[in-house]
Amino acid sequence: MIPSAFSFYKPDNLQKAINLIADFGDEGRVIAGGHSLIPVMKQRLTDIKHLIDLSAINELKGIKIKGSSISIGAMTTQVELITNAELFKVAPVIREASLQIADPQVRNLGTIGGNVANGDPANDMPGLMQLLDATYTINGKNGVREIKAREFYEGAYFTAREDDEILVSISFNSPIGGYAYEKQKRKIGDYATAAAGVILSVDNGVCSSASIALTNLSDTPIYCSDAVSMLIGKQIDDSLLSEVTKSCVEQSDPVADQRGPVEFKKYVAGIVVNKALNRAFDRS
Amino acid sequence: MEKINVSMKVNGKNENLSVEPRTLLVHALREHLEYTGAHIGCSSSHCGACTVDMNGKSVKSCTIFAPQAEGADILTVEGIGTPDKLHVIQEMFKEHHGLQCGYCTPGMIMRSYRFLQENPNPTEEEVRFGISGNLCRCTGYQNIVKSIMAAADKLREESNIEKKEIA
Amino acid sequence: MDDVKTPSSEERKSALSGLGTSRKRVEDARFTQGKGNYVDDIKLKGMLFGDFVRSPVAHAKIKKIDTSAALALPGVHAVLTAADLEPLGLHWMPTLAGDKQMVLADGKVLFQGQEVAFVVGDDRYAVADGVALVEVEYDELSVVTDPFKAEMENAPILREDIADQKEGAHGPRRHPNHIFTWESGDKEGTNKVLDEAEVVADEMVYYHRTHPCPLETCGCVASMDKVNGKLTVWGTFQAPHAVRTVASLISSIPEHNIRIISPDIGGGFGNKVGVYPGYVCAIVASIVTGVPIKWVEDRMDNLMATAFARDYWMHGKISATKDGKITGLWCHTTADHGAFDACADPTKFPAGFMNICTGSYDIPVAYLAVDGVYTNKAPGGVAYRCSFRVTEASYFIERMIEVLALKLGMDSAELRSKNFIKKEQFPYTSALGWEYDSGDYHKAWDKALEAVNYKKLREDQAKQLELFKSGKSRKLMGIGLSHFTEIVGAGPVKNCDILGLGMFDACEIRIHPTGSAIARLGTISQGQGHATTFAQILASEIGIPASDITLEEGDTDTAPYGLGTYGSRSTPVAGAATAMAGRKIRAKAQMIAAYLLEVHDDDLEWDVDRFVVKGAPEKFKTMKEIAFASYNQAIPGVEPGLEAVSYYDPPNMTYPNGAYICVMEIDVDTGVSEIKKVYALDDCGTRINPMIIEGQVHGGLTEALAISMGQEIAYDEQGNVMTGTLMDFFVPTAWETPNYETDFTETPSPHHPIGAKGVGESPNVGGVSAFSNAVHDAFKPFGLTQAHMPHDHWRVWKIAKDLGLHN
Repeated sequence: MIPSAFSFYKPDNLQKAINLIADFGDEGRVIAGGHSLIPVMKQRLTDIKHLIDLSAINELKGIKIKGSSISIGAMTTQVELITNAELFKVAPVIREASLQIADPQVRNLGTIGGNVANGDPANDMPGLMQLLDATYTINGKNGVREIKAREFYEGAYFTAREDDEILVSISFNSPIGGYAYEKQKRKIGDYATAAAGVILSVDNGVCSSASIALTNLSDTPIYCSDAVSMLIGKQIDDSLLSEVTKSCVEQSDPVADQRGPVEFKKYVAGIVVNKALNRAFDRS
Repeated sequence: MEKINVSMKVNGKNENLSVEPRTLLVHALREHLEYTGAHIGCSSSHCGACTVDMNGKSVKSCTIFAPQAEGADILTVEGIGTPDKLHVIQEMFKEHHGLQCGYCTPGMIMRSYRFLQENPNPTEEEVRFGISGNLCRCTGYQNIVKSIMAAADKLREESNIEKKEIA
Repeated sequence: MDDVKTPSSEERKSALSGLGTSRKRVEDARFTQGKGNYVDDIKLKGMLFGDFVRSPVAHAKIKKIDTSAALALPGVHAVLTAADLEPLGLHWMPTLAGDKQMVLADGKVLFQGQEVAFVVGDDRYAVADGVALVEVEYDELSVVTDPFKAEMENAPILREDIADQKEGAHGPRRHPNHIFTWESGDKEGTNKVLDEAEVVADEMVYYHRTHPCPLETCGCVASMDKVNGKLTVWGTFQAPHAVRTVASLISSIPEHNIRIISPDIGGGFGNKVGVYPGYVCAIVASIVTGVPIKWVEDRMDNLMATAFARDYWMHGKISATKDGKITGLWCHTTADHGAFDACADPTKFPAGFMNICTGSYDIPVAYLAVDGVYTNKAPGGVAYRCSFRVTEASYFIERMIEVLALKLGMDSAELRSKNFIKKEQFPYTSALGWEYDSGDYHKAWDKALEAVNYKKLREDQAKQLELFKSGKSRKLMGIGLSHFTEIVGAGPVKNCDILGLGMFDACEIRIHPTGSAIARLGTISQGQGHATTFAQILASEIGIPASDITLEEGDTDTAPYGLGTYGSRSTPVAGAATAMAGRKIRAKAQMIAAYLLEVHDDDLEWDVDRFVVKGAPEKFKTMKEIAFASYNQAIPGVEPGLEAVSYYDPPNMTYPNGAYICVMEIDVDTGVSEIKKVYALDDCGTRINPMIIEGQVHGGLTEALAISMGQEIAYDEQGNVMTGTLMDFFVPTAWETPNYETDFTETPSPHHPIGAKGVGESPNVGGVSAFSNAVHDAFKPFGLTQAHMPHDHWRVWKIAKDLGLHN
């Protein structure tokens, strides 16, 4: 459990970090909170020659809220997401989901940027970003670009970010309506057996807008577009919600692991989606 | 091997180290500075035996490289009390049998130390959630929770007395 | 002076903090301040580190080991392979179970994580780089992880070294992968009873493979001082003296030149009983390099390679009359021992005390056979927080009772009550030959049922079942009952030894001139609080306050020989030695007091902390006065000083017992269970320190909860360990752990000097059955008879699915 040797850099502005990563190519890697990366380095599953610590870069920090538009710096920690009162007012689902990640110590260092950029399908934030329809701002030697979270994930640990790019911030609009993030796990500190986020607004019993996303039920997070289409404009009742649930489960494609076989995970996916739908509906 | 200079404040004392960049904070503390209170139980950030306070937050020192802690203010279990005057949390762990083999204890105490500042008046459920990043194999947690609840009471009493004295 | 009242006996007794007081622990000052001294805290001048290259595969021939790149690395000093150990005869070592085990892979590997080479370097970092550079070429062989498949005709032969040996350490072998068959009881008699029985329940009960996983992993620092020829080894040893003897036997270093020290140990739970390749390699490396070598395994190493527990397939048949009187018990166990038979059991008991499997019940006839089998899994088979194979035995009988109750259509609480060994039957000889010393099972059982309001619980359960059946709830309630009888305190030298070492234990006491004392024992605490509790035993025996008595363990140069701490043996054996040594002190003190008071020995009586002249209470000598006198008076016929030593060979085992009840709510859709209540009544005989007993029960219950609800060492078919980190190996946090209600009855052991029986392991033994039975009980109305542990979410979900409870 000892990583191989590397050199360490701690640039104090974004441009320096971009230059470093551009110079090192695939031998370089940025580190945010390190709680996904360091365990992998310790098992020597990755060979990193140059490690670039982003923690001194102020441009990557902070939560900015202007009206309904929210922007979160990549180096914002999970504990900051939980304790920021303004953020809770405009996007309470973030606190609900963040409290279900890892444990207190890990949340103190784990960042939103690290969690979404790593491309680990077990991480909760990528699913949450599907739910919020977030946009990632990415910066590299070829300049700044924006990618929708729903287009970012290509496979387990494969994303639209190039090796020489750094995820800078995440932005989204304040979600409207009820919300819920439901996660079944074996214990504190575990990844989801299955998790689902729902945002739902309802006028006179009719769904006016919705979003549904799944975590750890495929090699990427899933935005359940079919299910959302089924909901919008419809009168919400139990039978609709179970149809919607069914559609979400159909979109899932989990793999068997110690949490259980595929059949079980799909079943639990249905349970967490249904619970999240009902809770979001109750809160709408 | 390439070495790097790291300076940090540990238990109020400025320390300068020359270490390989890959040196884990827990090894820097235990082996370079000889603060052996923080222990290694899993090395994968699951057990919390290596918990220390860094810049006012509980962290797992097995999952931090020493240079990431450059300039940090670190507090370990060795820094919160003295043999003549233990910290209230240390006292309460003794009083309520909140430890057995003692291996998780420094991490558990350091997490409790920070948790009770985050939440000075916790419910039992909040304590359990608050220490859920720390594993204990001996106690079944019941007496740890009891110790922390008792420490919370004592700390609140002390802080009320201080407030009155100031008034 | 007249107004200074002599304290009463009661006041003086209370000042001793002796037996029965919840004395605060003396260990805690150092632990709470981070000043414990665990093996990884030890730092010696010039010390180097060592670590292993481990096999990534479960079964392979080794074609080649290339150490050149590793040796070329600055900071790497040496790389040991089996070829280097062979000239010393140390490439293999004897196991505690009469088998032998490779120290470093000798031509082949037999399990994933097996030690292949040992790299020595400046620090952990250099060593890790060296490990990564050792190149090993493997030629993979077929893997067998299923003990039933291991004995098939076409199974791959694992142990080619003994493939042709027809006779093993425990009798005939019938297959190259077969280790032993061990039998106990009356085979023909049992078969006859089963054949003629009115009711027979037949079930396969699997107790899955798991691991003790103490928070501190195993490790050591070996230091060979070539100047004076002395080897000192600090290590995580639950049995330091046994380690010294074994080290001497296998290294040829004379035993007086070996000093083994167990410093503070961060939990053991059986993991630290065995002798591991890391210890041997560190010692050899220290001899080779002439400097101290530290080896400390990491968590993945620990879970993969050192000391699994359980892995018993127990096929049972239990017979009864129609009205529920048990008439016989039959059990055939297939024991998966992994690649080497390294179980830590007394020599004559290759399946430990599995023959305690008649449990708390008066069963007239029984038969047990255990077959040990090799598979491509890690060796071990340690007693994880229990006496040797006792949780397996207890789980087996408590499942069989439940299965029988189902068959009889009888409440299992009533079935238990109907078959308990009665108080007046003690001492009771079981059908499998154990002499149970004492107990009052009915009293404990009735108290437990009343405490939880059992009748009301069953009514609540019925209501919940109605809600479930009517579609108003997706949850079921389960009530898990368990009564257990432990067999601990190994043990009588006539039938208990490890590697020929009788399982006595010892205590040596020295009283200082000023009346304080030091006592040393052959045991070693790993969190049990020996320094606190053994001083309490002594305080009550010799009248010196517990706070004036220092307790020392774990240094073989100073402590008397003993077999260590595991199997709840410390209190039954070393605790007895402590009391007996105390009594020797008191006997000599009586002679000194008689001389000082100028009376005959027989004219004195003991009163808490002093000898008093019978009928003249104003004439007395306190232990403190006597202690001083022993150092400054020339007493005819009495040697100066006040010291004693006792080597205690227990006349029998002790039999702690208890009644545990768990109430659980289970969501049939998610498989998630919620513990609503755990009630644990223990009878551990005389209670030395109620606070510590309660703490032991909480901890043992939590380990039981973990084991029954999710903790396992799982392998895939290729022999890969699937649970190598604390993400997948379930250790509950405070969040998943409930609060426990504890209770007790107190039936002293008749043969133990203070009547104590031991408690540390009872809650694991009784707890696993209580939790597992609760899961089974919840699904009982739908016809579930047996579902294997661990009852994690998906397996519980699977029960519900198979019973048709999902839409």
